[in-house]
Formats: sequence, C-alpha cells, structure tokens
Amino acid sequence: MPETLFDKIWNAHRVAERADGRELIYIDRHVLHELHAPHAFEVLAKQQRPVRRPDLTFSAQDHTVSTQPGRTDDTNPSGAAFIKAMREGSRRNGIKVFDLGDPDQGISHVVAPELGMVLPGATHAVPDSHASTVGGLGALAFGVGTTELGHILATQVIAMKRPKSMLIRLEGRLAPHVTAKDAALRIIAEIGVAGARGHVVEYAGSATRAMPMEQRMTLCNLNIEMGGRSGFVAPDDSTFQWIARRPFAPQDAMWDRALAHWKTLKTDGGARFDRELVLDCNDLEPQITWGTDPGQVLGISGRVPDPSGAADASKRTAMESALSYMGLEPGMTLAGLPVHRVFIGSCTNARLPDLQTAADVVRGRKVAPGVVAMVVPGSSRVKREAEAAGLDRVFRDAGFFWGESGCSMCAGGNGDRGEPGERIVSTTNRNFENRQGPKVRTHLVSPATAAASAIAGRIADVRQL
Amino acid sequence: MQPFSSHTGIAVPLLKDDINTDQVAPVQAMREMKPDYKKMLFMRARAEDKDFVLNQPQFADPGILVTGQNFGAGSSREAAVWGMLANNIKVIVAKSFADIYRENCLQNGLLPVVLDAADQDAFIARVVAANGAAPFSVDLTTQTISGPGGPDIRFDIPAADRMRLLEGLDDIGLTLKHDTEIKTWEQRMAVAQPWLQAAEDSRASV
Repeated sequence: MPETLFDKIWNAHRVAERADGRELIYIDRHVLHELHAPHAFEVLAKQQRPVRRPDLTFSAQDHTVSTQPGRTDDTNPSGAAFIKAMREGSRRNGIKVFDLGDPDQGISHVVAPELGMVLPGATHAVPDSHASTVGGLGALAFGVGTTELGHILATQVIAMKRPKSMLIRLEGRLAPHVTAKDAALRIIAEIGVAGARGHVVEYAGSATRAMPMEQRMTLCNLNIEMGGRSGFVAPDDSTFQWIARRPFAPQDAMWDRALAHWKTLKTDGGARFDRELVLDCNDLEPQITWGTDPGQVLGISGRVPDPSGAADASKRTAMESALSYMGLEPGMTLAGLPVHRVFIGSCTNARLPDLQTAADVVRGRKVAPGVVAMVVPGSSRVKREAEAAGLDRVFRDAGFFWGESGCSMCAGGNGDRGEPGERIVSTTNRNFENRQGPKVRTHLVSPATAAASAIAGRIADVRQL
Repeated sequence: MQPFSSHTGIAVPLLKDDINTDQVAPVQAMREMKPDYKKMLFMRARAEDKDFVLNQPQFADPGILVTGQNFGAGSSREAAVWGMLANNIKVIVAKSFADIYRENCLQNGLLPVVLDAADQDAFIARVVAANGAAPFSVDLTTQTISGPGGPDIRFDIPAADRMRLLEGLDDIGLTLKHDTEIKTWEQRMAVAQPWLQAAEDSRASV
C-alpha cells in the first residue's frame, strides 16, 4: 500500500505499543533549552533516573539570555538562575551545552540544523512549540511539555497517539519580496489557528520546492500557529547539499550510505492523506497580521476586516476585541500606520538569508527618527557570518541595534520588550496580547517588510520602497 | 502522578475560543525557577480586568474551568497546567484543546473533557445559570458530569487516557516496561541507519 513520508518515518521509529494504547516513537535527537529543562533535571534527580542517551541530547541557552554585547549569565538578572541550572544539570547528566560564549550558542531551532544535527527522516523533540522548524530539512519534530521532556530524557522515546496527516501544496511562484513567511501567514489565515490540530503536515508543491532550506524552516516553524502537531518538507537534492559537511552530519563513507537512504524519503504516488489543501502562490503579496492571533492576517494592500462580517458570534467578539487592543478600525489599511519599534529575529526569521534580505532593503538608508530597531541573529554562527559579510555595518550604520543571539523579543523571556501602547513590526511568530510587553501591539511580517517599515517609520509595502 | 477519579467544584465559565498559554501563564510571571503558580494563573487578566470571571466573588474558589475551542494554543509551557492545579482546577471542559496542552493535562492528572457537540451549549447554559451557587461533579469512572439545572451528562474520553488518569500511572515506568524493545530498536538501528544512533562532532576528531 502506498505510504506517506510521515507514515514511513513514524513506522521506522515505532518501538512498541504501550499498555495504554500509545505508541512509543524513538527520538533520534533531543534538544533542550534553559527555560524548561532545569525543572525536568530536578524531577529526574529526585526519581534517581538517569538520562538514557546523553550522547543524543543537547542543551541550548536561548530563552532567557541577554542580547547585549559583552553579556554574562547575570546581564538579564531573571535569566541567571535558569542559565546556571541548565549548565549544572547538563554537566551532571553528561549533556553537551551550547553555552554563553560558545561559538555554537544560539536559538535551539537555528543551532541544531546549522550544526548538522538535523537529518532527513530523523525524529526530534524540543520542549518548545516551534520544534517543527527543523522539519524544513525533512525531519519529524515534536514540541513537548516539561513532563514529556523528562520522559524522553529517561526513555529516549515519546509516547503518542498517531496523529493524522495533511498535505499542503504551495503551487506557483512567489513574487519578488514575497517569502515563506508570507505564504505561511496566508495558510494560517485560510485554515485558522486550530486548522491543523491533530495533524502532521507535509508541505509540498512547486513553490515549496523552490524555497531554499532557510525558507522551508520558516514555513515549518509556523506550523504550530495553525495547531499542527508537526510539519515538514520532504528532503531533496538541495536539502542534502545544505546538510553536507556540517559538523554533526555523517561524513565520508557514512555520508554516502545515509544519502542513499535519504533519497528514498518521499511520499509514494497515490498515498492517502486525511486532508489536502492547495495554496496558489502566484498572486500572493506580502502579508501582515492585523489582530492578536496569527490567523488574523491581511495582504499589505488589504483592508482591516469588519467584525460584522464574521462567521459567528464568537469570531465577531474575538475580532472586536483584537481591533480594540490593536487600536484599529474596520476598513483601514495598515500600510502607513506609524511604528514605534521593529524587531528582526527569532527562530522564525533570523537565519543568514533572512538578515541578508533585510540588509538589502536597509543598505544606504536610515531608520526613521524615533523608531527603535533591533536585529538579533538566530545563532552566534549566523552573527559571525553576517559580520563577515558586512551586514552588521549595514544595520548599525542605519541605526539598528545589533545584538547577541537568543530568543529576545519573541517571547520576552530575557527582558527585551516594548513599552505599553507601542506598535511593533516583528518577524516573530506570535502576535498575542501582551507577548512583546504589556499592551504592546505586534504585527507579524517578513524580514523584508520589517526592514522597510523601520526605514519608513510606518508599516510599509517593501515593493514600494 | 496523582490518580484522578472524580472532582467536585465550582464551574467557572470562561467562554472564549483560542485562549493561549501566554494568557493562562504569562512569561513575565515565569522569571523565577519556582514561581507562584497559584498567582500566575491568568495573572494579567486578574490584575487588569475587575470583571474577569476569576475576579468575581462567586468564582473565588474554582474547581472546573469551562471554555471554548482550541484551549491552550501557543507555547508548550507546562506552567499553564500547573497554574490550574495550584488553584484546585482539576477539570477543564472545553469545546476542543490544543494538542500539546492536552498532553500536558494528561501528564499532570488534570482531566480534559470535550463534550459531544450536541451537549456543549446546554452544559454551558447550565454553568452560566448556576453562576457559582452550586458545584458540579465530574466522575471519570462513570464518565459523567452532574450538577444543577439538568440530568447527568455523559462524556467520551479515549480509553487509554482514562486508564492513565484513573490509575495515576507513572508514565516513565509504563514506558520502561518496554526497555528491552527500546534496546533492540537501538541495536537494530545502529546497524541499519548508524548515523541516527550517533551524534558526534566531526570537528572534535581533527
């Protein structure tokens, strides 16, 4: 019977079925971060349970770290305890930490792929909902809570009911200045913030195939914002080229063997998905969120919708509340609204090509007076490579802050945040109320749109800058 | 994990869809390793909105949360479950749950209930009408909710989840019964796809 790629990866990793009916799925790589792992270390220590495979487990310091140059554990005072507990717990359990000051430090979802830890057809777990970012390389990744994280540390398997499968085909060609971020926001708008709940999504189609790896990772990163359990793109030659010779990837003869297997990783013709969806990307314009969830999205030339046209009372109330929080009126366009702050960063959009795209918009221009603009690279390696390419000068000369790597203003776990009432244009993944600071109004966009808005001092259509 | 068999308490109507874990447990409240989970629950809404349901005196001692679609969307933070338990909320009746949040509930002995679509609105109406004056009881052994304003309501839950909650099973212990199979899988994979069973830094050998 023809199988989907999800079927193949799931079946290959299925270890057993537990007495309660859950299937045990082996986790090939487990990447932790300091906001949640210390708690799990403590629980395991109390239960006197060892970490089963410290050699397949890695620790990142990302959520609470300061982005200030010359940072230490204590630069963000509320992060220090987490950072130290992570270091200590990882050491005690024999887990490698990509610590502050390490050349490989950065956001877990950026570091794991760039080091070659992410392999096609492999399974991953991260105690973070954006785990499926690495699906861009053809890995099956699950975001988990703290107790599940402890379970994986102790057993190296996750106990799950098999999710359903969904195929999303992005067809056509993305226009210039239109990116995976815009396509992903449009999909969420179409199917809603719970539209992929209970499903593992395979992204396919000509527009997906044409995306470089970093964009595929952006696409898969946002999978959770429509409720998806995981999301991935089947690997192809450009995937293999991207992974080749990265430090933790198989090398030499082992590479050849792995490659031969990876070339078999595709959905069979005629395989059945529980749900299928197609998005025509040819006419897609840059997208922007207007509301307080990632499904409240407009094309940059579109108009804010009127709640009176909502599908039901609950949607209407949610729209009214979002409009009020965001300080918007139905029928208005977002382009032209004054902006207080611009953030370019996060696991969604802080890989090198994201920064290059933004720098191309910024080069030779200045951030508008009164706008606070920040760039926070996704990893220390991205930062070094950007500096080698002179991108830091482009941003600094324009008036951007150029930070050390971490999650920063995405969740505000490190104290980076906006002031009440500010309107922020951000390349992150969640525009929830109060997420980037109390009463902060967040608009999610691509790096190009963020850069254009920083220059204009207003929400801008990058195509017109 | 504490076994769950039944729970009786005041049912609190929080009738919105898509409530996310940033709302349930704001990251700003997670600045310490051992935060006050009781205070953390809906901290911002409780501080800023005097009409917020948990600020109303009749709901000062909650036991059951009743809410809309896609409850617990967003971040995987488990504090959004621990905050419920710290406030003695051991049952959430939602129209649907976000996947990771539902998992986190099951991991902590919090019962996530989704009623049949046909029963949802009637149950919500009863909770609103009761307005905290009398408690509801949720019994997992009989899979029923009882309380003021009408007959008992039956709910479905996957048998595996039900058993896990009723027995308060040690999840890791349950899995480690399959320790031999995990080992066998690892040995087999070390031969079939050895690159999966090793994650070594090739720079280290240079």
